[in-house]
Amino acid sequence: MYNDVVYFALNYRGVLMNLSFSKEDQEFQQEVRSFIEQNYPSEIKEKQDQGIPLSKEDTVKWHKILNDKGWLAVNWPEELGGTGWTITQKHIFQNELAAANTPTLMPFGVNMCGPVIYTFGSDEQKEFHLPKILNGDIWWCQGYSEPGSGSDLASLKTKAEKKGDVYVVNGAKTWTTLAQHADWIFCLVRTDGSGKKQEGISFLLIDMKTPGVEVKPIITIDGTHEVNMVYFDNVEVPVTNLVGEEGFGWSIAKFLLAHERTGIAGIPSLKRELDRLRDITTQIQVGEGSLKDDAMFMSKLDRLEIKLTAAEYTELRTLAAMSAGGHPGPESSILKILGTDLQQELSDLFVEAVGYYAHPFMTEEDLASNESRIGPDFAAPVMPHYLNYRKVSIYGGSNEIQRNVIAKAVLGL
Amino acid sequence: MDFSLTEEQQLLQDSINQFIEREYTFDDRKKFLDSEKGFNEENWKTFGSLGWLGMPFSEDDGGYNGGPVDVMVIMENLGKGLIVEPYVPSILLSGKILADLGSDDQKSNYLHPMISGEKIITFAYIEPQSRFTLSDCLTKATPSDDGFVLDGYKALVHNASASDTLIVSARTSGNQCDEKGISLFLVDTNAKGVSLRNYSTIDGGKASELTLENVSVSKESLLGEMDEGFNAIDNAIDLATLGICAEAVGIMGKMNEMTLEYTKTREQFEQKLSQFQALQHRMVDNFMHYEQSKSLLVMCAAKMNDNTEDKKKALASLKYQIGLSGKHIGEESIQLHGGMGVTDEMHIGHYFKRLTTIRTLYGNSDYHLSNYASL
Repeated sequence: MYNDVVYFALNYRGVLMNLSFSKEDQEFQQEVRSFIEQNYPSEIKEKQDQGIPLSKEDTVKWHKILNDKGWLAVNWPEELGGTGWTITQKHIFQNELAAANTPTLMPFGVNMCGPVIYTFGSDEQKEFHLPKILNGDIWWCQGYSEPGSGSDLASLKTKAEKKGDVYVVNGAKTWTTLAQHADWIFCLVRTDGSGKKQEGISFLLIDMKTPGVEVKPIITIDGTHEVNMVYFDNVEVPVTNLVGEEGFGWSIAKFLLAHERTGIAGIPSLKRELDRLRDITTQIQVGEGSLKDDAMFMSKLDRLEIKLTAAEYTELRTLAAMSAGGHPGPESSILKILGTDLQQELSDLFVEAVGYYAHPFMTEEDLASNESRIGPDFAAPVMPHYLNYRKVSIYGGSNEIQRNVIAKAVLGL
Repeated sequence: MDFSLTEEQQLLQDSINQFIEREYTFDDRKKFLDSEKGFNEENWKTFGSLGWLGMPFSEDDGGYNGGPVDVMVIMENLGKGLIVEPYVPSILLSGKILADLGSDDQKSNYLHPMISGEKIITFAYIEPQSRFTLSDCLTKATPSDDGFVLDGYKALVHNASASDTLIVSARTSGNQCDEKGISLFLVDTNAKGVSLRNYSTIDGGKASELTLENVSVSKESLLGEMDEGFNAIDNAIDLATLGICAEAVGIMGKMNEMTLEYTKTREQFEQKLSQFQALQHRMVDNFMHYEQSKSLLVMCAAKMNDNTEDKKKALASLKYQIGLSGKHIGEESIQLHGGMGVTDEMHIGHYFKRLTTIRTLYGNSDYHLSNYASL
């Protein structure tokens, strides 16, 4: 009954699964490290290390440095300016950037709009937009959520009516991250209200300078201006700015959400921040010792670190599966939940660690000013960060929506 | 980086799953459990002829040169079938110790017949006071003219009554918890002064409390050097820990599958249970626990041959996670099965019981978390 198996047993040679870096990978790691050392501007590094908010110029500067090296659009096809790196190389690259605490680049152009345009766009759109996304000349923002459409994104109402060679857009978008800096916005708009709600949605590129576009700030509980309302009042958009066909917007949105979810876990940054917190525990005095001697606190840190390792290897397994079989699937939903859980738990541990010095209200201006901070330097950004990071389990498809996605797509419910 | 199984490992996995499907239904299993030995000797011989028993050992030792990943594949799949044959105590513990310390004679008299399925050897090292501390050993071995005399008491010796031979840890020098001073001996189960109090364990296994009273063993019974047995114990427990964690991952995957299936069948309020969002989200959380456990398992298997600290850290992470996820998936699966989940008739409860004993075996989550902190 088991003849074939017996034969195989006799000829068995075990092979060890290989998770270590090859010599080439180690050389690549060295190359990335020395590039960062030589090219990461010291004035930006200083701000990053002290938790001072970056200006638009800072972020764009770093964007251009990476692009000049050809290391910006890591995941793009090689012929369009991508790197052609292996999964392992991408992993090494992201880890090195995070370890050096380089600025987080805005994902809206290079990770979101770019892949949409090169996958679904017209030749004209590709020619105009892709180079500008790469060189950072156009700052993109994302027009998805609306006041009445949060988790139920497909219920969106912003209307685009075709009149001759323009769409006339009316409506409002919300939670638009850094729209105050943006040159263009990619929007989901309703071009047809008659059928199933998913079917009448289209994907439109809109120049923010078009008459009728108005941006109003939303101030969040950390006291910052990160997100906005964007209003559209009879905004005329050339029909050539439609990506794909009319009614194809929902498919593009789903394509994008899967892309958005993989990087959203932010595992390399979590590793850096966790190490930083470990370091901080030695600097916080408790009695005659330091917080490092507090077994209860340290145990929470250890638990978090193990959870982070589990998330890291889940991401690596997902990436490995992707490299064998194509696009990120519903697995990326797990990573979104795991990663954002970790980000929030870690932000809470920082607050716990600094104790009373989490209480002074530090605005962005306070953090950026030359005046000395109240309490230890590391304490000041902790509470704004904790408050700000309530968002991560809400954006990108709330973690409840992610659970719906997994229930349906993975568990078949 | 490469996470994939080789073609041979795939075949190994397939052969175990085939075996379970054909020879190890729940009714079969119940018969094995009710037998005197608590498992089926024919199965054990089949494992031997299929090469599973020899997998972790080198060719020189009569094995197939398998590595930690192969042990992972075997145990994960044995877990899915809730196999009760003594793979862990005999192969992963005693076998590993024999491979590490055995002389040529000891290997040919004990390891080789063990690999072929003729001999079963278990490892007696837990003591009532030792809890999870491997160096805590009060059982004594006193040198005599022609060998040693053993006195002491060992707890939870798995499958002792079915074993031909026991490997017994005993103190030849030092204090209660010293690593140095522990020696390992091969002891015939029928030797004078060896008595067993046999019992069933909650997960369907068999174990014994072992009393050693003036038990004489020869010089040739000593494994390795006198006083230097600790490292071999530690290494064997590490391998067995990887093994039972893989088994737990197999069990958790199976429990998730069974729970999903159940909620798709059972109806309340004119709806399938699986259509209630409150329950869907809980099953998603079970699924995420499984994935996290599986990820750490794979990482750990790949790090078993790394330097000691990396390996220890990986094992501590893994066993901590298995304790955590084992509790979560175990308890949630029973809850999602409702009243049926607590009946002996349903399979889910049997998986739950094995998963629950694994949580404690070789150290619970707290123990491994504190190990992690000390590294």
